Formats: sequence, structure tokens, C-alpha cells
Amino acid sequence: MSVTVLARPRAPRAAFGQIVRNEARLAWRQPSGIIVSIGISLGLLVIFGEISVFRKTSASLGGLTAFDVYIPILIAFAIGIIAFTYLPGPLVSYREQGILRRLSITPAPASWVLAAQLVVQTCLMLISILLLLIVSIVFFGTSVPKSIGGLILAVILAIAALFAIGLTIAAVARTSAAARGIMAAVLYPLLFFSGLYYPVQLLPGALQAISHFTPLGAAVQAMQAAMNVGFPPATPLLVLAAYAVVFGYVAKRFFRWE
Amino acid sequence: MRVQMMTSTREPTPAAGGTAVEIAHLRKSYGTVVAVDDVSFSVTEGEIFGILGPNGAGKTTTVECATGLRSPDSGMIRLLGLDPRTDRDQIRAIVGVQLQESAFPAKLRVGEILEEFRSFYRQPADVSDLVETLGLADKRRAYYRSLSGGQRQRLSVALALIGAPKIAVLDEMTTGLDPQARRDTWQLIEGVRDRGVTIVLVTHFMEEAERLCDRVALIDHGRIAALDTPAGLTTQAQGGKSVRFVPSAPFDDRLLTALPEVTRVEHDGQHVIVTGAGELVNTVILALHGAGVEARDVRLDASNLEDAFVRLTGTHLDHEGEQS
Repeated sequence: MSVTVLARPRAPRAAFGQIVRNEARLAWRQPSGIIVSIGISLGLLVIFGEISVFRKTSASLGGLTAFDVYIPILIAFAIGIIAFTYLPGPLVSYREQGILRRLSITPAPASWVLAAQLVVQTCLMLISILLLLIVSIVFFGTSVPKSIGGLILAVILAIAALFAIGLTIAAVARTSAAARGIMAAVLYPLLFFSGLYYPVQLLPGALQAISHFTPLGAAVQAMQAAMNVGFPPATPLLVLAAYAVVFGYVAKRFFRWE
Repeated sequence: MRVQMMTSTREPTPAAGGTAVEIAHLRKSYGTVVAVDDVSFSVTEGEIFGILGPNGAGKTTTVECATGLRSPDSGMIRLLGLDPRTDRDQIRAIVGVQLQESAFPAKLRVGEILEEFRSFYRQPADVSDLVETLGLADKRRAYYRSLSGGQRQRLSVALALIGAPKIAVLDEMTTGLDPQARRDTWQLIEGVRDRGVTIVLVTHFMEEAERLCDRVALIDHGRIAALDTPAGLTTQAQGGKSVRFVPSAPFDDRLLTALPEVTRVEHDGQHVIVTGAGELVNTVILALHGAGVEARDVRLDASNLEDAFVRLTGTHLDHEGEQS
């Protein structure tokens, strides 16, 4: 019996580019993700910018305007909604439909699809974030972030933390319907603690404390500091890093390809 | 000199090719249900090997174990000498698989899916050729979701062959295809085999197995009930073939039962039915002729693989679109 051994049996790296291209096409052809993440966050920003009360500084908000307070909240919203819905959604349905199984018998690892999803969704997030910052600075006179490096770090950690949680949802949910249910049950409380519905600064002390230890709450806290004060404090950054590590491990441990 | 000749006769002739697939004592259970129970067979390079059996017989489990999609409970599997459990990367590069059920994202175009899968392989097949033969050339811009069942099936076959595999495993390749598309696909498979590719074909269709397969394994209840060429299986199951005719004059049955080819002589009204093997028709006609009897309305009842299947397994195969 002849044993055939190929020097390089794995798919060439260009194949990853092909997968990314197709995942990007899919995101573009099912644009609800793009509309919700970019459209809603940018729409809210513009609406808030047009409300005159939102443009007045307030002592209860630490001398900031409500508009200033909302910029990092809308960034967190854009990150959260993509990581929770537009990341687990395709992965769970690919698994459900056997698409991942089909890929697992090609020389391309099925994990490349997951990686391609991360690439596409990260691009979507970064576009949303940049648009929010540019529009608020150019059209509404918001000052340039105090610590750009701090903001970049906070954004990276927030994306990592929320991707890890989104992938955990994709790992534990058996069906697309279950993934949507878990997502809604987790996302809406997290959005509350990010201050999307009501400023965290005005919440009772206990709720404020909880907020600082939720992923979106910590993200907002870190980004707010970076934008208005300077390099963010260690606590929210560490909270985000901890979420990224713990949920990243859980997702890796429990993710099923079929 | 003599020793050399003896050794040389033991070596397989180069034309016969090596072993492409070797499976020995394969077992796989799901809980208490034994899906595959001690299955062994081997497939020669360049052969089209059929796996035939009723629903739930263990056909799909067998090929899923062979391609590394499932790990068997026990047994040995080698594809071109490689073990799917330890040489996964190697196996994936040289084995093309068409799964019984496979889906692709609804909003990708056929051409985009083909392009993606093509990029996975370092020496892919000619895509336009493949697409042309499978009748998908005018569908390259169509979304996957707009394809009919038959078109999806053909795309799935195309993707199994796109990497120019050394072994192609096709599970229910023509299920859901119309007769014309089925014949086109058969022609494609024969063409692929002519290029030296080994093909393992799981099928429900007797006609498909008879037309394409060099050898067929009948699987029933997780075991191989029989393994032979389609013609061999037919003969084996029937204990031979039968000739039916109307004699021009009465004759003594012993005239025919004395022949080595004949196993049984029956009468059905004015018809005589002779069962046997080998050159049955010629032998019977000659023997009768010798006794001055003519055989009229001669009909050879050559049974087909379907009869063989029923005889060997006691079950009928289900047709069209059923899954195992």
C-alpha cells in the first residue's frame, strides 16, 4: 500500500482571504447588522446632538454635557450589538445547517470561518466607532479625546470582552433561536448598565457599583475617562480584560463545530 | 531463475494498482444501537466501489468513519495508507467528500462558493470544466438559496471533486436528480475515474450501482451481507439464471437435469423453466436439439441487482430521496 504524504496538506493562506471575502459579502447582503450597529448608534448621536438640553453642561454629570456622556455609551452599544447578535448568529446557523461540518472535511480549518467572522465584525465595529467620533467632533464640536491611546486600549479590551461573551453564546446555544433568546436576555440588562437608557451617574450607588463590573458598564467608564479626563483607571480595564480571558476560555472549551 | 519467476508472480501487476481504501473490523455504536458491526472491505486504486443497503443499514456511518467525520469504536481504516484519525490534514487534502446533507450560506453565489472551496486546495481541478459537466455553468451568478434541490446536489458533487482528490467519497450523489442529470453525473464520475481517481459511492439506486460500480458491498444491519461485482452478486443471489421456453415436443426432464449447468427444471403450463449457471441457454438449446426438440419463445430471466439485494438481505431497498 502506497502512503502518499503531501509536504503542505493545509489550505494555503490565500484561502483565509477568500473566506473573509465571502463572509463580508454575506454581511453586506444581509445588512441588518450594518443598519443596526452603524445606523442606530449614529442616528441616536445626531438626535441627541440636536436636543439643546443635551448640549448643556450639568454638575450632576460631572460638568459634562449629556451629549458627551452618550458618545462612549453609543460606542459600547455598537460593540455590544455586533458582538452579541451578528457574531453568534451566523456561527450558530452555520453549525445548525452543517456548513461548519462540511468545512471540517476540507484542508481549511473550520476555525477560519470563526476568525473570518471576527475580522468582518471588527471592521464593522471600527467603522461605527470612527463614524461616531468623527461626527461628534466635526458636527457637534465635541473635543478630541484627552487620551487617544487610552481610548484605543479601552476599545480593544471592550471588543475582546464582548466577542468572548458573544462566542460563549455561540458555543452554548444549540439553535439560532436559542442564541437569539440568550442574546436578548443578556444584552438588554447590559445596555441598561451601560447607561443607554438612563445615565449611570444618576443611578443609586449600589447599581452604579454593579454597572462598573458589567462589561459594557466598564467599557463606558474606561472610554469616558479616556475621552474627558485622561488615561483610564485600572479597574475598568482589568474588568474588561478579565471578561475577555474568562469568557474566551469558556467559549474555546465549549465551542462545538457540529 | 526459477526463484525469480516465483517471486515475480506474487507481486501484483502494476496495472492492478495499490489499495486505495482499507477498512477492517470497523465497529460503531450510537448508545445501544450498533450502526456498523464488523465491516471490512478494501478498494483498489481506480475502482468505483459501491456501498448499497437499506435505510439505517450503516452505509453513511461507514463512510463518515472512513473520512474522519466520526471516530469508530474500533477497527482499522486506511486511505492510501493514511489513518483518518491521525493524519487528518493529509486525508483532507486528498479525499473529496460529498455529504448526504450539506448546506451553504443562502446568500452566497454558486461561483463564490466554488471559488472559496477551490482556494482550499493547492492543486485544484478545473472549475469551468466541472461546472460545465454538472450543468451549473449558467448558475454561477445565482444565489445558493435560489438553486433547486437537484442543482444543490450537483454543486455538492462539484465541491467534492474541486480539489482534484485521489479518492472521492460520494454519499447519495444522484438522489433528487432527474434522470437526465443522473446520467450526466454518471458520465462525469466515469470520466473522473478514468483519470485514476478512486470512487466510493453510497447509493440507493440499483441502476446506478449496476452501471457504475466495479464491485458492490451490500450492507444490512451494519454488516456486509455480500461483496462482489454487480454481475457476481446477481448470480450469487439467484443461484444462477433461468431460461424459459416452450418445447416443440415433450421431452424427458432428465435430458436437462443431467447437464452440469442445470440445477432445476420446472414446468409452468406449456412453459419449461430451467435454472442453472454458466452458458445455460446454449447448453440447453443444444441438448434439446440433440433430442430433436426445439425450444421456442426462449427468454432468459437474468435477475438484476435489485433481486439480488432482496434475496441476500430479505429487505427491499427504498427508492428516491430516502436517507439512511
